[in-house]
Parts: sequence; structure tokens; C-alpha cells
Amino acid sequence: MTAVVVCTEQDVLTALSTVTDPELDESITDLGFVRSVTLDDDGVTVHLRLPTAFCSPNFAYLMASDSLDALRLIEDIGEVRVLLDDHHDSDKINAGLAADAGYVGTFGSEAEDSLHELRRMFRSKAHAAAMERCVEAHLKTTDLGVNEIYRLTLSDLASGKAKAALLRRRIGIGLSICPASRVFVDDDGKRIPPESVPMRLRFAKSVRISMEGNAHFCRGLLATRYADSESVGATPRITNLRTRSPR
Amino acid sequence: MYEKNGEKYFIVDGHVHIWDGRASNQKNVHGKQFIDCFYDYHKNLSPEEVVWDYDTYTYYGSERFERDLFVDGYVDHAIFQATLLSDFYHTGFGQTDEALALVAKNPGKLTYNHAYDPRHEEAGLEQLRKDADRMNLQGVKLYTAEWHGDSRGYKLDEPWSRRYLEECIKLGIKNIHVHKGPTIRPLDRDAFDVSDVDKVATDYLDLRFVVEHVGLPRLEDFCWIATQESNVYGGLAVALPFIHTRPRYFAQIIGELLYWIGEDKILFGSDYALWTPKWLIEKFVDFQIPEDMQSEYAPITVEQKQKILGLNAAALYDIDVPADLQLAEPAGQEGVEVAAGAREPESVPS
Repeated sequence: MTAVVVCTEQDVLTALSTVTDPELDESITDLGFVRSVTLDDDGVTVHLRLPTAFCSPNFAYLMASDSLDALRLIEDIGEVRVLLDDHHDSDKINAGLAADAGYVGTFGSEAEDSLHELRRMFRSKAHAAAMERCVEAHLKTTDLGVNEIYRLTLSDLASGKAKAALLRRRIGIGLSICPASRVFVDDDGKRIPPESVPMRLRFAKSVRISMEGNAHFCRGLLATRYADSESVGATPRITNLRTRSPR
Repeated sequence: MYEKNGEKYFIVDGHVHIWDGRASNQKNVHGKQFIDCFYDYHKNLSPEEVVWDYDTYTYYGSERFERDLFVDGYVDHAIFQATLLSDFYHTGFGQTDEALALVAKNPGKLTYNHAYDPRHEEAGLEQLRKDADRMNLQGVKLYTAEWHGDSRGYKLDEPWSRRYLEECIKLGIKNIHVHKGPTIRPLDRDAFDVSDVDKVATDYLDLRFVVEHVGLPRLEDFCWIATQESNVYGGLAVALPFIHTRPRYFAQIIGELLYWIGEDKILFGSDYALWTPKWLIEKFVDFQIPEDMQSEYAPITVEQKQKILGLNAAALYDIDVPADLQLAEPAGQEGVEVAAGAREPESVPS
């Protein structure tokens, strides 16, 4: 007899909420990219959807394979199936995921190399945006001058969502989260010369605006594309077909 | 010409199409997906009263084009940007012959920019020479992320692409519009990257590079490049419609653009028929940075709007502007002082 599948709907949604759109740095559950979750005696099936059929296949693949990885961390989840709907490369990506073929294995000669570099670039951008949010918030509540930002350490930042997000981004690119660490650093964690900080902050602001704008765009397009669909807003449709009761 | 509160605006719509996305022209499912994607853009970002029905949208024809631009839309001059997509549509998505017929029918009011693909190598170069002559080309529109056979796109600084750019200089094609934004079937990271623009802009100062969609979704990368290069411009297509659904976000985009690249380097484009120019022009003329954001971004002046809506593009395409619609200072000139972003002494962010 196979092991009884005992994970809950909430376990599944929590796992999926850790998966982000790399370009937008927001969770796929918040963005409404999770279309449905079906639990049965064998395991879990998740369908993902995207704002247009032309969303770039590398990001589509990243989100789908990250979802698979996140779900497999759940204890006793059984068999995990992740399927991407309505995309121009749905068949290719779904077959690649089912076979655990990896990015290059999925796209074959079309893929030049793995997606590590792409992922690293967007993690760096996400870090820059999170850093800018924290610094701007700090500047609004203190009389710190722009030319003193270089002194800021993580312990100076008020705790809250913005700081928590910054710490996560720092972990994402391998930076220290020690409270004595400087806030304003480059992608390698090196301090930025004080005279360069204002310009770098200005650039980080453009990064943030770009990312936020893309998120507006994607949310709007997704809502337009699935205006008549079965799920309400960003909430996935959840179906439980289990014949055995969990736990 | 558009007039509001006694101020007159010469309008150049720098990005228009006449397309055929009907089922009869679709080669495959991607043709259907592509026009559906455009229709979602249209529905999502247009005010409700100017949303078309799907069938009208897939093919609207020349008459509607003329009415929407020149009769209802205030446009003095419009520039076609070719979108061929030969792998998706039997006769291409953008209708070259229909566009050229419209150019002939509306002398002085329309400019046609065609496309080339450097992956066609020598044969494509020969075609470009013929097209330049037949179509009287002053500009081209390039899709660096377009798929062709096994290729996922090309970069502007590759050897064959350089040969095409050099041929453009010989042929008098000065304006190189590059689609860097929402992409069609890109795969690897290169298709998004605007850094190839940076390299060729430095090497070919006789050309002007207009980055369409201001690099969205890579606004910051585009801004950074445009501050370094005097011959890089930004087309507002796709960014401008946020003025309706997300005016505060639009304020941030235009605020960043004015800061980084400056008022002489920004070009209006409706991307018709993705959006009709009429409402975009009306809303942009009425637009102002919200008061609570004016500590971050300076208010936008009438003169800046006049440049963006037409005078900058008129300068790039040598379009005659009536004397009463010109500014004392010429717009869109390459020699002008760079924007604030470029003046700060600072090294390039890594």
C-alpha cells in the first residue's frame, strides 16, 4: 500500500507562496498565477497560468519548476504534478517538468545554458529595490541626510515588512544579515563609497519603479485574460478528491 | 494639431500599424495568441468607452485608420513601425502594401519604416537596398528578439547586424527603432537585454536609436544607457496608456525618463491600434505630476509636452512644422545638454 497522502490545502498554498516571479519579485499566489489545486489520494496537481501566451518561456519555466521544488518539500505530499496552461510553450514545459528534464533538457537546442545567470540578475535587482524601499522609509522617519546613508546598518532599520523583505533578498544573493552589516552595499555585499551613494540610490529607485510597474501590468493583463474564468480574482480553485481523510 | 487652453501641439504619432490579425491570415496558433495578447493589452489599458470589439480589432482597414488618426485623433504626422511576424501570419502581421498605399494617399502625413533581419545575411542586405529605394526609408523597426528558425533572436552588435547598420548609414536610413520591451517568444536572457543598443550607439553616431517601449520591462537599464549616449531616444508606446489606469505609476515613469534622458529624447507613440491616439493625447496634455509627488519630480511644462508629443520626432524625421507650432529652441536635437541623470559624476552601477 502506498503512503497515505496527508498534507493539507494550506500546506500546498503556503509552499506555492514561497515561489516568486523572478522579474516582479512577488509571490505567484499573490499575483494570481496559481489557477487550481487538486488534491487526490495519489498526491497534488497544480495548474499555473500567466498573463499572456507570450510571457517569456524562461520565466514560465522557472516559476513552474520552482513550484515543483517547493511542493516536493512538503512531507507526505505524494506525487506532485505541476502544469502550465495556455502558454505557447505549455506542451514543451509540461513534458519537461513531468520528466524532470531541467531547463536545457526541456528546451533542447533552443536553450543556450541554464538559468542561473538570469536568476542571479533578477535577485540582484530585487535586492536593489528592497534596499531602496528601506532607505527611503528610513529617510522619511529620521533626519538622516542622504550623504549619511552609507553609515546605516541593518540594526538601524525599523522592523516590519520592508526590512523582512530586504533580509530575504540579502539571503537570496548570499549577503550577511548580521545586524551590524551595512545596508547600502552592492550586489557582492561591498560597501559603496559615500559620495556614490546618492546616485546609486537614485538608480535603485528606477529599478524599484520598473519592477512595480511590471507587476501592475501583469496583474492587469491576467485579470483581463481570465475575466470570465472559474476562479475569483487571484484565488486558486481548490478541489479535494480524496477518498481517505487526511491525518 | 491639438489645442488646449490656448496652447497648440504639433502631433507626431511615432508608432502606428495597419495590421491583419484575422483568422484567415493566421498561419498557426501563435498568430491567434499574438493578436489575442494585443487585444488583452488594448482591453486592459484603454478607457472603457474606446474599447473595440474583437473582430474590429483584428482588422480595421485603411478608412478607420485615417479617421482614428487624422480626423478624430489630432495627428499631424504618423510613422508606421513594421511588425512582420512572417512565422505567424501568411501575409505578415503588419500590412506593408496597404501601409505604402496610405503613405501615397496622404502625402506629407505618413512615414513608413520597414524591417530587416540580419540573419538573412547577404540576401537580406540586397533586399534592404531594394526596400530602401522602393519605400523611401528613413527608418527601420527591428525585433531583436524575434525567432527565426533555431535562433531565438540576435544582438545589434553582432557582425552581420553591424553590416546592416553600416548599410543603413549608406542608404540614408538614420532612425533605428528597436523593440525592447514586451517580447515575442524570447528564450534566453539576451533577448531582453538593452546593452547591445549601448554598444552600437557608441559606434554609430550617425544613427539614432529609438528604444521602443522605453525598455519596459527594463526601464532602468534603458535609462542608464540613454544617459550615456547622445543618440539614444525612448518611444513611449505601451508606457503612456498607464496614464489612464495607473496615473501615479505613469507619473513615476515619465518622471524617471525626464530625469535620466531628458525632454528632447522622449517620443510619443500610440502603438495604434493597440490604443487610439485621441485619448492618449488628451490625457497627456491634461496630465500633471500629482502634487504630493512634486517633491520627487518637477511638474511637467507645456513646452516639454510639445516636444514629447511631436516636435522631437519631427526633428528626427525632418517633418515640416508650421511656424506657429514651433518652439524658440529647436526640439529633439542631438547636441542638446544631456539629462540630469547623466550629469552626475558617477561610475556605472554594476
